[in-house]
Amino acid sequence: MLILSSITKAFGGLQVLQNINLAIPEQRIFGLIGPNGAGKTTLFNITTGLLAPTSGNIEFFGHSLTGLAPHQIVRLGIARTFQNIRIFKDMSVIENVMVAMVRQARYSALRVLVPPALLGAQCVERSEARSLLARVGLAAKAGILAGSLSYGEQRRLEIARALATRPKFLLLDEPTAGMNGTEKHQLMEDILKMAESGLSLLIIEHDMRFIMGICQEIAVLNFGQLIAQGTPEAIRANPEVVEAYLGNESDGVIMFAK
Amino acid sequence: MEWLETFWATYSTLVLSVGTNVLLALSIYLTLACGLLTVANAAFMGIGAYAAALLSLHGSLPFYLSLTLGALLPAMVAAMLGPPTLRLSGVYLAMATLAFGEIVRITLLNTENLTGGALGLNGIPQYTRWFDVFAIVVGALYVLVRFAGSRIGRTMIAIRQDEVATELMGHNVRAYKLYAFTLGAGLAGLAGGLNAHFTFFISPNEYGFDRGVEILAMGVLGGTGSPWGAVIGGILITLLPELLRSLGDYRPLLNGVILILIILYSPNGIWDLKRLIRSRHPVPVS
Amino acid sequence: MLAQQLVNAISLGGVYALFALGFTLIFGVLNVVNLAHGAIFMLGAYSALQAVLLFKLPLTVAILAAMIVTAAAGWLLDYFIFAPLRARQAPHLAPMIATIGLAISLTSTIQGMFGAENLRFPVHGLAAETLQVGGVQITALELQIIFLAFLLMTVLLWWLMHTRMGCALRAVAESRKAAAILGINVEGLFRLTSMIAASLGGVAGVLIALYTNAVFPQMGQPMLHKGIAVVILGGMGDIRGALLGGFFLGCAEVFSVAYIGSTMRDAVAFGLLFTILLLRPEGLFGKAAQRRA
Repeated sequence: MLILSSITKAFGGLQVLQNINLAIPEQRIFGLIGPNGAGKTTLFNITTGLLAPTSGNIEFFGHSLTGLAPHQIVRLGIARTFQNIRIFKDMSVIENVMVAMVRQARYSALRVLVPPALLGAQCVERSEARSLLARVGLAAKAGILAGSLSYGEQRRLEIARALATRPKFLLLDEPTAGMNGTEKHQLMEDILKMAESGLSLLIIEHDMRFIMGICQEIAVLNFGQLIAQGTPEAIRANPEVVEAYLGNESDGVIMFAK
Repeated sequence: MEWLETFWATYSTLVLSVGTNVLLALSIYLTLACGLLTVANAAFMGIGAYAAALLSLHGSLPFYLSLTLGALLPAMVAAMLGPPTLRLSGVYLAMATLAFGEIVRITLLNTENLTGGALGLNGIPQYTRWFDVFAIVVGALYVLVRFAGSRIGRTMIAIRQDEVATELMGHNVRAYKLYAFTLGAGLAGLAGGLNAHFTFFISPNEYGFDRGVEILAMGVLGGTGSPWGAVIGGILITLLPELLRSLGDYRPLLNGVILILIILYSPNGIWDLKRLIRSRHPVPVS
Repeated sequence: MLAQQLVNAISLGGVYALFALGFTLIFGVLNVVNLAHGAIFMLGAYSALQAVLLFKLPLTVAILAAMIVTAAAGWLLDYFIFAPLRARQAPHLAPMIATIGLAISLTSTIQGMFGAENLRFPVHGLAAETLQVGGVQITALELQIIFLAFLLMTVLLWWLMHTRMGCALRAVAESRKAAAILGINVEGLFRLTSMIAASLGGVAGVLIALYTNAVFPQMGQPMLHKGIAVVILGGMGDIRGALLGGFFLGCAEVFSVAYIGSTMRDAVAFGLLFTILLLRPEGLFGKAAQRRA
């Protein structure tokens, strides 16, 4: 359960988020949409601890996230991907995933000094990394330099990497950007599978078909304010939402067509 | 064995220099591997040297004890200096460490009662034996090689490439940087103590900008790929001026040219030269 | 007495500002920390000195010669070091390390050529008369320094604000890609900036050499550190910051020497630098210095 209470964020005089109240239950695929500049990524940044809210509080399974450093929040079980992909281009695909495996095989620096112990633990890491890659369809490319993957593959790698932290909550920031139809379809299936295995997801997206297709609930942000929240059908029919995207006197309902 | 004795008589200083320089190179490798450009290691070396020397001279402490304490002091200074300075990014960090190095040097110059000021410290007992240097180098190398091949090494590479993404993978990036910085300072201090106890004379100017650049050159030459690179960097930077005997005053020139050439043609250090020769592929700069 | 110190502070500060201006220009436009700026400063001093000693040129011409030599150095610096690194999109540390290498090489070469001792400008080349202005004694030298420093600053600022090329330069400093799309010759401007910055550093070198009557190979180093302190105080890449910071440091140094003592004079700059970095790294006018998302 992720609860955002009265989250407000201002950069100097600029109000980026105003009094956001959001309660995201477990095992749900939740969508977050809104025009560019609405504050969606800022909300992600605040949730993952990269930015501090000007006021307001976030609770995650009863834990208050206020004042926690990003790595502590990750260890509590929240993972994210980025709008502009931030994989480690000069490391191999499998190493990218292995870096994220903090919660497994917790041993101290001192144990590292002893070779045999190290060998055992690394094998576990490597095999788990491999299975994660298989989940996103990148198993065959494990040894390749991450920078040489295609754009869509890099996005999938980012997701695998986020999954490696064993999150309870996954935040995806525009995961379908740059993907073609087939890849998007595949991603929809992957996300549904993740949800089935107990993962909750919060997805920022601009592709309406995608988001309407998989989300059980959607929240709409505009100019830093939550203007609507509900099922996909309710959102689609909401005149304020339509206005936010298309302005008044719209005739272009294309975006919302099935 | 006579051959060995004559060899040692002529080259002991050189061999010991190689040893301490390798230690210094390892100390900066550690920080460079985390993406930190610090030029403070010369200052840490100076702190360690003076601490160890003073303890031996005035405290009459056994060698290993003054050596250890001499390494602990710069490590503690680094631990205090780290939290406020390490949150600075690239350029600002480099300049903060530059400023710190100068402050240390000026302090050493201005505390004549304790450190002898510009005249330096003389008569430091020559305790350092080759096996001291050898053992410490081997020990440090072992630890660092083990780190490099483990998840710690992987995390350091990740930090170097993208700190924010690494933090979001659950790693306490600030802690990693602080450990690297502190451990590096300790190694540099150790090198300083060892060095002081065989040159038997030290002065503040030995630990200034020129030394800092030399250490940087070793680190850059060796590259951040592996601790072995630091070993090569340390060896080459120590031996090259000896091989080119006529250099004398021009030794800094050599260091400078090496830095420029490496940055321009083989930014990841000397390992890349091998790769360049073999594959003729463009060098990805990490 | 205060007024006297103020005059010293202004002349010293003016030179610091000139030096810092060059340094901050390169950071603001090329986004590079040029740690060879101190060596170029030193090069300027030596060039002027040789112009006067070897070629018997008058001082004003010597200063011009210094500007030309250092501008050429700036051109070479960009052509051989900055441009290739730009093309390769090397990380920020790369040009920094390369310029450290250049600084050391340059210093070492000059030391090998001219020795490590302190050289001096011939006395008759300096205007040693003093003037009395409102109860304050200024040497003609100080007057000339102040005049030259202010002249150069004014010319540069005017050029930046009121000419097309200056405007283009500011555009490049804001956004290299946007400027390129608008048809601005970005590479050419980078080279020009490097040249201008270098010649500013070179002039500062001559002026300091005259002021302190000392020319020696290592003179660039403490200057570089002070330049860094000034630029950090004023904000990296900000011109107003460089100017204000330069005068501030000049005042701080002069007054600390007058009231505390001269041994820790150099430490003033470092102490300042360190404190600022800890408290407010972006200085007065700069952009954020710490890591963000």
